[in-house]
Amino acid sequence: MSDAENINSDHDQPPMIQSQSQSASNDTSLKTPSENLLSGYKRSTGAFDELLAADGRIFQHYAKLLGEFEEFGAAELARRTDASQRFVNEHGITYNVYGDSRGMERPWQLDPIPFVIAPDEWRQLETGLIQRATLLNKILADCYGAQDLIRSRWLSPALVFGQPDFLRPCHGIKIPGDTFLHFYAADLSRSPDGRWWVVSDRTQIPTGAGYALANRLVTSRILPEAFRDNQVHRLAGFFLAVQNALAQLAPRQADKARVVMLTPGPHNETYFEQAYLARYLGYMLVEGQDLTVRDNLVFLKTLSGLERVDVILRRVDDDFCDPLELINNSILGVPGLVEAVRAGNVVMANALGSGLVQSPAFMSFLPGLCKHLLGEELKLPSVATWWCGQKAAREHVLKNLDRLVVKPAFRTHLKIAEVEAAELKRRIEFDPDLFVAQERVELSTAPSWMKNSLVARPVSLRVFLVADGNGGYRVMPGGLARISPDSDGKFISMQRGGSSKDTWIPSATPVEEITLLHSTRQNVELRRTGNNLPSRLADNFFWLGRYSERADATSRLLRSALLRFNPERAGGALPPLAPLLQTLETQGQLPGISDQPELWTNAEAFEAELLAAIFDATRPGSLRQTAEQLQRLAMLVRDRTSNDMWRVLSQIDDRLATPATSLVMLAGDAVGVLNQTLMGLAAFQGLARENMTRAQAWRFLDMGLRLERAVYLCTLLDATLRSPEAENPSLLEAVLEVVDCSITFRSRYNLVPTVPAVFDLILLDDKNPRSVLFQIKQLVKHFDKLPKERTDVASPGKIILENCLSHLERADARELASASADWKTSALARIIQETARALPQLSDAIAASYFAHSTISRTGRGEI
Amino acid sequence: MDYHITHRTLYEYAAPVSVSHHVARLEPRATATQTRSSFSLQIFPEPALRKARTDYFGNQLCFFAIQEIHSKLEIITSSRVTVQPRNPAQTESSTPWESVAEMFRDPVSPEIIEPYQFVFDSPQIRASQELADYARESFGRDTPLLVGARDLTRRIFEDFKFDPKATTVATPLEEVLEKRRGVCQDFAHLGIACLRSLGLPARYVSGYLRTRPPAGKPRLVGADASHAWFRIFCPGPGWVDFDPTNNVQPAEEHILVAYGRDYGDVSPVAGILTGGGSHVVRVSVDVEPLG
Repeated sequence: MSDAENINSDHDQPPMIQSQSQSASNDTSLKTPSENLLSGYKRSTGAFDELLAADGRIFQHYAKLLGEFEEFGAAELARRTDASQRFVNEHGITYNVYGDSRGMERPWQLDPIPFVIAPDEWRQLETGLIQRATLLNKILADCYGAQDLIRSRWLSPALVFGQPDFLRPCHGIKIPGDTFLHFYAADLSRSPDGRWWVVSDRTQIPTGAGYALANRLVTSRILPEAFRDNQVHRLAGFFLAVQNALAQLAPRQADKARVVMLTPGPHNETYFEQAYLARYLGYMLVEGQDLTVRDNLVFLKTLSGLERVDVILRRVDDDFCDPLELINNSILGVPGLVEAVRAGNVVMANALGSGLVQSPAFMSFLPGLCKHLLGEELKLPSVATWWCGQKAAREHVLKNLDRLVVKPAFRTHLKIAEVEAAELKRRIEFDPDLFVAQERVELSTAPSWMKNSLVARPVSLRVFLVADGNGGYRVMPGGLARISPDSDGKFISMQRGGSSKDTWIPSATPVEEITLLHSTRQNVELRRTGNNLPSRLADNFFWLGRYSERADATSRLLRSALLRFNPERAGGALPPLAPLLQTLETQGQLPGISDQPELWTNAEAFEAELLAAIFDATRPGSLRQTAEQLQRLAMLVRDRTSNDMWRVLSQIDDRLATPATSLVMLAGDAVGVLNQTLMGLAAFQGLARENMTRAQAWRFLDMGLRLERAVYLCTLLDATLRSPEAENPSLLEAVLEVVDCSITFRSRYNLVPTVPAVFDLILLDDKNPRSVLFQIKQLVKHFDKLPKERTDVASPGKIILENCLSHLERADARELASASADWKTSALARIIQETARALPQLSDAIAASYFAHSTISRTGRGEI
Repeated sequence: MDYHITHRTLYEYAAPVSVSHHVARLEPRATATQTRSSFSLQIFPEPALRKARTDYFGNQLCFFAIQEIHSKLEIITSSRVTVQPRNPAQTESSTPWESVAEMFRDPVSPEIIEPYQFVFDSPQIRASQELADYARESFGRDTPLLVGARDLTRRIFEDFKFDPKATTVATPLEEVLEKRRGVCQDFAHLGIACLRSLGLPARYVSGYLRTRPPAGKPRLVGADASHAWFRIFCPGPGWVDFDPTNNVQPAEEHILVAYGRDYGDVSPVAGILTGGGSHVVRVSVDVEPLG
């Protein structure tokens, strides 16, 4: 293969996808558009339009959809668009935008008008895509095996050896069925002459299928009539094929096989999609730290021990999968994973090293390789690509720098957009292998809904394939269409404000209904438990419980304090609520207030301090920070909780964030916000109590909540007992109010609060869900249900709890009927203090027994 | 020359390690000028899993996993190696460097695909114009390849100061170049980076060096160290070694263990631990000449 043959050979590929414009001469297939919906629709002159032929008539495959729109009119279409955005918000469909700290999660942008592709055209695309996936897979198999393509010069050695994505440790690993690409996606666009081109190949982690599924969910609901009438091909069959293909890969028998999806974590841009797909496909979503390798087998770390993993569907770049062999600067990943793969004990999808052929430089070799490897012409051409590693290509690029798009050939840190032409030229000449240039793509335009009218917007399409396990591929009938916000947009990026569309492939015949969730022919084994909970998630649920209760206790204490502030009080002195404020001080919301005597005589300054403790996001321990922690934790457990829980917590954070913009904040307004926060927290805790099954996730959430509540109660009771004003009924009323026991107290005693009665109710009454004893008893119950490492000895946490319990059960509040001078040294005071000290130890014991994700460290690199 | 080499590596961890995975490349390769008559590798505690294999570059490696709680890891190797005297490469008559660089510009003949792999950037070595400029002082027009390489070796030796405190394995080459200080590993990386910046293939070599006691003093057991140098591909003789740390062309006193693109491909012992906290490592190497 000479340079001359290789260069730009994309242009003379004979079998092209037939363009619609060629069939446009067939008059019966076209329909004259109605004036009113399309009055604002301007067909761009330089581009292919997906809706209108050159003569201005509507393509047949859009006719039914347009007809439907005309029937219900622009106003209804606008209403349905609003409904679609509501769907997106309600289902929490989001996309993470890098570098955006506040509101990192953005609602997914969905255009309600589906992108429709004619069935015969789709069939040709399918054939071309299957050929391409097969070809790329064969190239990978050769590069990681015999390397005949390099030796026989079908492939330039530099393309493989010079690429950081060629993972040498993965060379020679035996891959089942030689299937490297279990998943493949391609970005397609259509040129002005109506031909489809591949703009990029996605082989490392082909993302987007989950968003395509989410788009389908929303679009089919807002356009049910059109969806039905067009007999749109369903997507479920594709995902069923995914399930079957991955199950077949398992080294163990298929019925025992455990498939997990490996995620980089909630901060990844497509985390929503990962959680969504994992849930849809029924796979556990895990992070690297959830997995461990023992005896060359991969295991999931769960609360009740290690569970074997057979197949890993990875959404993590391959060089981040094993810090031992796939060297990068991080220690993310699963040490020993490559060796486990090498031993055939676990299968990765896609195979490690698959990112290699994602390089655009490969595109210029594909026509030749296709003939050589498959004995066929390449059916679906790539956008014209020149890899500067080749002499003739390099010369062409240097001569045409102004009209070509220069890109890094390999995954790199290079930032070409910021480089001037002269500098770029110098760099290309110094290290030509690192650069490719591509023809600028003039995207076709598709009808889209913007500002209440149909407009033509540049569109590109990502399509998805899965290996069927028998050496072939299956194409998802549909895809993720993306549109540019501007009519002349050249690049579409969801990172930069693009929007997306559902993609419809209409069928001439009624389509088959498939669902993933059950198969009617098989007997389902009934289950009362879900998958075992990974330790990391147990940790997150525990802290979600703790923080929700911390927010609750903080809000209650601050509300009671604010309600009692009265600037008109004589001398500006504070009302008797020092124990409340000391509790907030001890627990970190009002740090250092005891050391500022001037505060205690200045009600206004104190009020400002209280407001800061609520709203100041920069202040450690403020309610606002707690709410942010809550939201962060909610994100970490999002694939295990309901959308309702997520929404409730988001609202709490939003509410606390709002007043930060207004300059003046009155105590009265703050009380209003605290009331709303408490309502939100009540909703969250109610959802947890009523909507979560009594499995491990709920158990850890509730343990966190109980423990935190006990901490605040003990701190408050201790501070009260030490206070010189402990007997002051107005202080005791405030204490009762904070713990929500005023009504109970009044109904029982019908008199002014006294210390023994109040302490009996809050400390020792095990029927009162806000008493210390109640929390301890709940914790004991939880502990009895936790998985145990050893049955013969009590766990350290259990011992701590038993101690607390026996002390509290022996305590008697009547002891406090004596003179107040003795209270500090009373047995009851000691019990409260001991319990307060024991609770953090209990938290540590739980972490040591159940969370224990020890840190990972590296040795050896650096010592010679 | 025959050698008996003992290489002992001891890790002591501040906190217990519950599981660890390691890769060791400690077994000297057999080459045209080097034979290995015996090799043993002992690991304490006894690994739950231990597998020997050959890596992508043909080096012998040992993968092992320790799954019991431990706070110490000791690795001891013992090798018997014979190093043949080499015929010194005909430095003056070697091919001009430009012709060699041209051979490794696309399209490249399949016969030299093996050395071709060592022209490219690797994780720790990135070619740059700056490095090319530095190298060009040794590689004037039509300079025979090995004359240029010998001169580059001398200049690195003279321009850079050996200073074990100046760098770590993570120190980037740019910093080494700026500080003009480093250890054998940095100098080998620097030489390779210079050569690759000119489009010439160069390899990183890890191994051992026989050290000679000062005149009249006895040889100190265990006072030797692991060593690193580089080799360059020259049409005709093939790979030719240069040691910029000592300004010599390795002959009978360099024992080769493994080679790769850079240190990352051949690090003697690499490991990932769960737990462990901070650790200290003690390495002792003894290169004992026999007979």
